[in-house]
Amino acid sequence: MTSTTSAPPAQQPKSRPGDRIFAGIAKGAGVLILVILAGVAVFLISESVPALTASPDEISGDGGLASYIGPLVFGTLLSAVIALLVATPLAVAIALFITFYAPRRLAAGLGYVVDLLAAIPSIVYGFWGIFWLAPRLVPFYRWLEENLGFLPFFVGPVSSTGRTMLTIGLVLAVMILPIVSAISREVFSQVPTLHTEAALALGATRWEMIKMAVIPYGKSGVIGGSMLGLGRALGETMAVAIILSGSAAGITWALISSANPQTIAANIALQFPESTGLAVNTLIASGLALFVITLLVNMLARWVVNRRADFSGAN
Amino acid sequence: MAKRIDVSDLDIYYGNFKAVEGVNLSIEPRSITALIGPSGCGKSTFLRSLNRMHEVIPGARVEGKVVIEGQDLYGSDVDPVDVRRQIGMVFQRPNPFPTMSIYDNVAAGLRLNAKKTSKSDMDDLVERSLKGANLWTEVKDRLSRPGSGLSGGQQQRLCIARAIAVQPEVLLMDEPCSALDPISTLAVEDLMMELKEQFTIVIVTHNMQQAARVSETTGFFNLNGVGQPGRLIEYNPTEKIFSNPDEKATEDYISGRFG
Ligand SMILES: Nc1ncnc2c1ncn2[C@@H]1O[C@H](COP(=O)(O)OP(=O)(O)OP(=O)(O)O)[C@@H](O)[C@H]1O
Ligand SMILES: [Mg+2]
Repeated sequence: MTSTTSAPPAQQPKSRPGDRIFAGIAKGAGVLILVILAGVAVFLISESVPALTASPDEISGDGGLASYIGPLVFGTLLSAVIALLVATPLAVAIALFITFYAPRRLAAGLGYVVDLLAAIPSIVYGFWGIFWLAPRLVPFYRWLEENLGFLPFFVGPVSSTGRTMLTIGLVLAVMILPIVSAISREVFSQVPTLHTEAALALGATRWEMIKMAVIPYGKSGVIGGSMLGLGRALGETMAVAIILSGSAAGITWALISSANPQTIAANIALQFPESTGLAVNTLIASGLALFVITLLVNMLARWVVNRRADFSGAN
Repeated sequence: MAKRIDVSDLDIYYGNFKAVEGVNLSIEPRSITALIGPSGCGKSTFLRSLNRMHEVIPGARVEGKVVIEGQDLYGSDVDPVDVRRQIGMVFQRPNPFPTMSIYDNVAAGLRLNAKKTSKSDMDDLVERSLKGANLWTEVKDRLSRPGSGLSGGQQQRLCIARAIAVQPEVLLMDEPCSALDPISTLAVEDLMMELKEQFTIVIVTHNMQQAARVSETTGFFNLNGVGQPGRLIEYNPTEKIFSNPDEKATEDYISGRFG
């Protein structure tokens, strides 16, 4: 992607020193990224080998590597997907409101506040989740259990502390909201006037204009923003570690009970200080799994964005 | 279908800046009216005030009256969205929706009208509009391809097809040929001659020959100096404007003895 920018044209007229220096720096930066990425991958793989080759009963939990990492992968994906499902529509709505509906003064203030959310350290979100959000969610969870308890997500018994998978998902949603909405706002504000006016001149209302010209134009940007958010949610350590600490369970879809799967990053943070020998290798192997997941998510996003490149509006 | 437009004492503002002042004119139905004048004199601004596109720009507003067939466009109970559905617009730069196919571009306005149209009726309307815009034969085999993949002239005709698909009463065209080659320009001019059987057409152009070729009536806008509002200097039958104008300024502009 980055390292192939400076293919020299077949016949080079005159190469200016400025161009050469810039091309060199750009190429160097591109190569450096690849080297770092490769370095991380090599480290993760080489450190995981002992865990990958160990016999099942040596791994903590005695069930082998797959049954150790499996629930963690599941918990990681589940919490991140909940966060994404909650945050993306909200972030897009906020971005649309700020760009097209809010009076200009309010829009500036609101944009600033949303950006500020991104600057809050994740440990603060963790405490906010435990002490403020979780207790307030308990009555809501009771209601969910009573009315929607037939769904696997809302089976009881409801956690009395509110420190559940759904709480984590919501805290993560708040954490990734600023990233997704800032990027959405950016792409929405870049929709050419030419296209918004084309829609309005056809007799579109403001909402119809948004559906016709803005969302299709901004869609790939919003997907990109969500994937950045997903990346942050997947890798989030502290907030998850604080809220879910000590409640590791296997694979379960129950979102509001007290038995929840842990996430990879939080599990590493919690277990690492007390681990030695093979246990460390096991944790690094789970880190390798997280690395692969993140890579796959990014490739998926790229594929989604490129699928209809013809219609992207980039030409 | 076609409707007459009466404009009286129209002042048009961008915030505090008065861009156009004191316009009075009547536009006949089923005719082509050309607006000419030097750059910056307010032709586009005036044109956009006729379908309430002017107020889309923050701070922009209008004083005075625009009456279409007895209905005051700027009446307090008039919804600008309804106005724009009746009065179509083609812009200077072709602006098909890049995220839509050729077919969907033409159908876009029809879908807005929220009436349930069956697939076959929609196909007919799209075909008729594309034929109306002289584009059908060039695109009929690639209706599902993106509209932005067409040439500039084809894109402009696609925009015309999109505008006429909703059967507006009036069609406003802001320099529709300024990005086109002579052959596409002639195609668009022929098209305008056909369309005026059904629509009232108002066109802004910098091309004197074009104004002379296609229009029945011509309005000449001018401004006294930078920062001054533009005014309608003369509004007369095209023949008269180009042979024996009332105003000296018109004659100077047309004969190129301007500025
Ligand atoms: N969005 C805007 N905000 C503020 N002033 C504007 C805006 N658009 C146009 N103007 C001003 O209004 C005046 C008329 O502009 P307008 O675009 O109507 O001219 P025009 O006659 O269409 O010119 P051209 O032939 O170059 O297209 C100009 O002085 C211009 O600077
Ligand atoms: Mg103009």
